[in-house]
Amino acid sequence: MNGQAPNVAATQAFSDRAVAQALAARIARRAAEIGRPVNLMEVCGTHTVAISRFGLRSLLPPSVRLLSGPGCPVCVTDQGDIDLFLALARQPGVITTTFGDMMRVPGSETTLATEKAAGRDVRVVYSPLNALQVAKANPGRLVLFYAVGFETTAPMVAAALEMALEQGLTNFAIYPVHKTVPPALAALLAAPAVKLDGFILPGHVSTVIGAGAYAPVVERFHIPSVISGFEGNDILLAVDMLLAQIAAGEAKVEIEYRRVVTWEGNRTAQEMLDRFFVPVGAKWRGIGMIPGSGLELRPEYARLDARNRFDTPALAAQLPPPPPKLAACSCGEVLQGIKLPTECLLFGKTCTPVSPVGPCMVSNEGSCAAYYRYERRPRLAEGGVEPWVN
Amino acid sequence: MCLAVPAKVVAIDGAFAKVDVEGNIREAGIRLVPDVKVGDYVLVHAGFVVEIVDPQAAEETLAIFREALKAEEGAI
Ligand code: SF4
Repeated sequence: MNGQAPNVAATQAFSDRAVAQALAARIARRAAEIGRPVNLMEVCGTHTVAISRFGLRSLLPPSVRLLSGPGCPVCVTDQGDIDLFLALARQPGVITTTFGDMMRVPGSETTLATEKAAGRDVRVVYSPLNALQVAKANPGRLVLFYAVGFETTAPMVAAALEMALEQGLTNFAIYPVHKTVPPALAALLAAPAVKLDGFILPGHVSTVIGAGAYAPVVERFHIPSVISGFEGNDILLAVDMLLAQIAAGEAKVEIEYRRVVTWEGNRTAQEMLDRFFVPVGAKWRGIGMIPGSGLELRPEYARLDARNRFDTPALAAQLPPPPPKLAACSCGEVLQGIKLPTECLLFGKTCTPVSPVGPCMVSNEGSCAAYYRYERRPRLAEGGVEPWVN
Repeated sequence: MCLAVPAKVVAIDGAFAKVDVEGNIREAGIRLVPDVKVGDYVLVHAGFVVEIVDPQAAEETLAIFREALKAEEGAI
């Protein structure tokens, strides 16, 4: 790998319209050849947004359906975890740090944004490194970081923990709700709510874990799978590659996003993960318990877990039961590809990005938010619905 | 949330690189990609370099796009 630059023009070619048309024509031909509807799931929330933003559905034949999956970490964070974290954030002397996406996710009674408005010290950070800086600048206070994210993000959190240890920072702890993708895919396929014909696999999770990490699931369930980049033409090429596999009756892991994804993945990042975390069963909102799909701090790092800094069982016992009204939210079904966001009765009515009912409408990467933002144009053109202002 | 932005490494200083993200210079930790060099194109996520972009693999994907374009133009 030398320093030779992929030039800017090259980047543009990844979203060139003429190429998109050509790929779309090839996809249409393959779809006709296959001759039956196919359901492809884009597992990653960033793909969901890209598909909506580039308007890719309009380029695909109706028989090729793209369904959203469980790949929005904010959306799949369990309500119980959210409530407990909010309870920790309310403890005296605490500074709470979080990625911006978590701020408005509704807990049973409150949100981080509400807590901040009420005067608690809640700060949005771009990186766990910023959270470390806050800890350094406030030695007398405990700084909590809400560690949300898949395998893309978890190694960064591990690296920040390593730095905290090196710097002797004792007033920093995380609440880990990291989730891992391959076990979730296995869970979706083991109890299929929808028949899936292929996966568009997450690009940046895969830079870390490598394409090989999916091989056991793909073999076991014989499910065609392609790891895709995030430009419009990346995704179209991934769809084309999936249809080619389906037409040939094959099921393998292929990499479309070869400029950053390898079969082995990023070994250093994997080692960093392994040093701090072990897999545990984790609850996914709307889906339930998935074995081996969470990451817990190793026992020797228990002090770094925010829950071990408080009388957590007592705090948990005081938590309110989740209010029944969330039951009307179809987020869980949206996350499994059972429903499209527009099929939720609350979509665009009671539930909008300004006053979200469920997490799928809160997160920028939530499917409901993506549909609300980019896929209501016809209805907007009819003049009925207020525009969603960024 | 798994969004990673492309950037160019302009300097390296210990555990951090200075990267150019569309003209803005930012710092990114290089703990997870220790062999990164000045001039590399990289992906940055949550304050860290995640991976180095392989220009040759990028070029190969672009070649597939060009081929698709040519084939479809030929088909019309
Ligand atoms: S539109 Fe709102 S209420 Fe309906 S599924 Fe999405 S987040 Fe839940």
